[in-house]
Amino acid sequence: MADGRPSPIAQLTLWRLREFLREPEALFWVFAFPILLAFALGIAFKSRGPQTLRIAVQDGPGAPAAAEALQRSSRLDVTVLDSAAAYDALHNGQFALVVRPGPTPVLAYDSTRAESDVARLVVRNALQAAAGRRDVVTIRDAGVTEPGARYIDFLIPGLLGLNIMGTGMWGVGFGIVKNRTQKLLKRFLASPMRRSEYLLSFILARLVFLGFEVGALLLFGHWAFGVPLRGSLAALTTLVVLGAMTFAGVGTLVASRARTIEGVSGLMNLVMVPMWIFSGVFFAYSNFPAPVQAAARVLPLTALNDALRAVLLDGAALRTTAEELAVMSAWALLSFVLALKMFRWE
Amino acid sequence: MPEFALLCEGLVKRFGDVTAVAGLDLHVRPGECFGMLGPNGAGKTTTIEVLQGLIRPDAGRVEVLGLGWDRHEQELRQRMGSQLQETKLPDKLTVEEVVRLFRSFYRRGKSCDAVLGQVGLLEKRGSWVSKLSGGQRQRLAVACALVSEPEVLFLDEPTTGLDPQSRHQVWGIVQEFRRHGGTVLITTHYMEEAQRLCDRVAIVDRGLVIASGAPADLVASLGAEHVVEFALQDGAAIPDDVYLRLTGVEAVAHDAGRVRLTAARVHIVVPQLMRLLEERGLALDELTTHHATLEDVFLSLTGRRLRDG
Repeated sequence: MADGRPSPIAQLTLWRLREFLREPEALFWVFAFPILLAFALGIAFKSRGPQTLRIAVQDGPGAPAAAEALQRSSRLDVTVLDSAAAYDALHNGQFALVVRPGPTPVLAYDSTRAESDVARLVVRNALQAAAGRRDVVTIRDAGVTEPGARYIDFLIPGLLGLNIMGTGMWGVGFGIVKNRTQKLLKRFLASPMRRSEYLLSFILARLVFLGFEVGALLLFGHWAFGVPLRGSLAALTTLVVLGAMTFAGVGTLVASRARTIEGVSGLMNLVMVPMWIFSGVFFAYSNFPAPVQAAARVLPLTALNDALRAVLLDGAALRTTAEELAVMSAWALLSFVLALKMFRWE
Repeated sequence: MPEFALLCEGLVKRFGDVTAVAGLDLHVRPGECFGMLGPNGAGKTTTIEVLQGLIRPDAGRVEVLGLGWDRHEQELRQRMGSQLQETKLPDKLTVEEVVRLFRSFYRRGKSCDAVLGQVGLLEKRGSWVSKLSGGQRQRLAVACALVSEPEVLFLDEPTTGLDPQSRHQVWGIVQEFRRHGGTVLITTHYMEEAQRLCDRVAIVDRGLVIASGAPADLVASLGAEHVVEFALQDGAAIPDDVYLRLTGVEAVAHDAGRVRLTAARVHIVVPQLMRLLEERGLALDELTTHHATLEDVFLSLTGRRLRDG
């Protein structure tokens, strides 16, 4: 450069990188937190044979016999309790179900809890067998535990999407609003700094970190839980970069007019919380009614998560995720255009 | 070279219902250090930000180095340097990194070392901004303004809140900049700063220039160069015309329960004042005298003190 002038875009990007690297808390949230979360959830939902269900038998005549009969089922962990204690424990979730023994046994449970529903079937089966029911057909089980079909396999791409959203939105949006509240943005505007280079530096800094944060989470999932990495690196890179751009765009839009850190934090949550719930991060959005599913599919995080799962778990080619790519591109484009139109420089 | 390095004529700026600047005129010659003096909310910052091209005026003519903001923005940004009130430079960057960041925005300019030497921060080059004292931060802000070797330097209250030693250091930097022919527009509410640094000052109040000229001329316009300031015990009062009959008293002003007499010679006025009080059986609560300053000029023009706003 002429007379030793440093490049403005390089200096701006270095500034973003340095601010981030010199902030231990930010490093924790971006790198350590997703891995800790994956680890905790991976352990909690580890496939380890059929789950043991904790149930209670209400004390009274017939209780010891019923408890003994139920105890014979390997899947049940039975406790005999008096009525009040049993129902308290049922209500706070310690037990999946309470059995009231008698000539016509009564099963008390909450049908919306998945484990209660399972407990009901197991208990009915155990009670019938104890009463002398004979099975008419022999059925054998064949367990499926192959990588790619477990909860952790579902979870890791979801956490990856969540992380790309979070770091994109916070990294860009928070940074811009901080500059605005500290009047640094104004100071820059008094100089010949190009506005486009200022915004570009946020995106470039994001891209530098993206490789590390994505790599850390995926490799962790792969080593610790054997989560498959089936798709091509090119397809993964394309998705991750497009996802990062999309959320950098949404982050810029959210930050385009906010004057305070509190204001932008509220907006961020308003935008992100629905996606935590509806975009299939922790559970499949196919659990929702059809109209909600249709709406969920339009969200950028849903598109990113679906495409990441297709590529990582099924080894899908990029072209099969055309719909998701289109949804993300539309969000990226719209939010950038709108953000630039609305941006409060002063 | 245009006749004026900075020019405002009939400048008006409103924010909603509030008129911040109400038809202000300013003419700053090349190489001059010009001070805008006034209480908070007088319109100083708005005026300087209009000149810096950060705010669009609602009316009026504005030129910097003979050029207008609408057509020569990029060129003007290259040729001016700014220190803004309240800017917080990035905490986690080192002094040198901040200067290099600002240097990168300009086509021409000084090396980091040169500008850090100029503001006396060479030995702090590796320190984070968050570790600097208030005075060091302010000198860093000035370094960022000087790194492009600007022709015009804008300083918006550069020494507010600084201790006297830090203030003197900033003044030294400004004087050094002027030695090389630079033009400075500085806002302040410190009289001493304006009197020490500025060739001319404009006293701004409620969005208008109410007086302007060389500091010494403005003080001289009071008609006398000393002020005798006192308060009477038990809130007693004497009509102004009684004071004006004392030999050598040029003007009477009141300020927060105190009486201020402007006088050419203190040693003539004070004995007469004592006799007057004795005749009337009144006693003094306090009595001070000082050389008249721009503060007294402001007080005599507006009846208010600069610092109170």
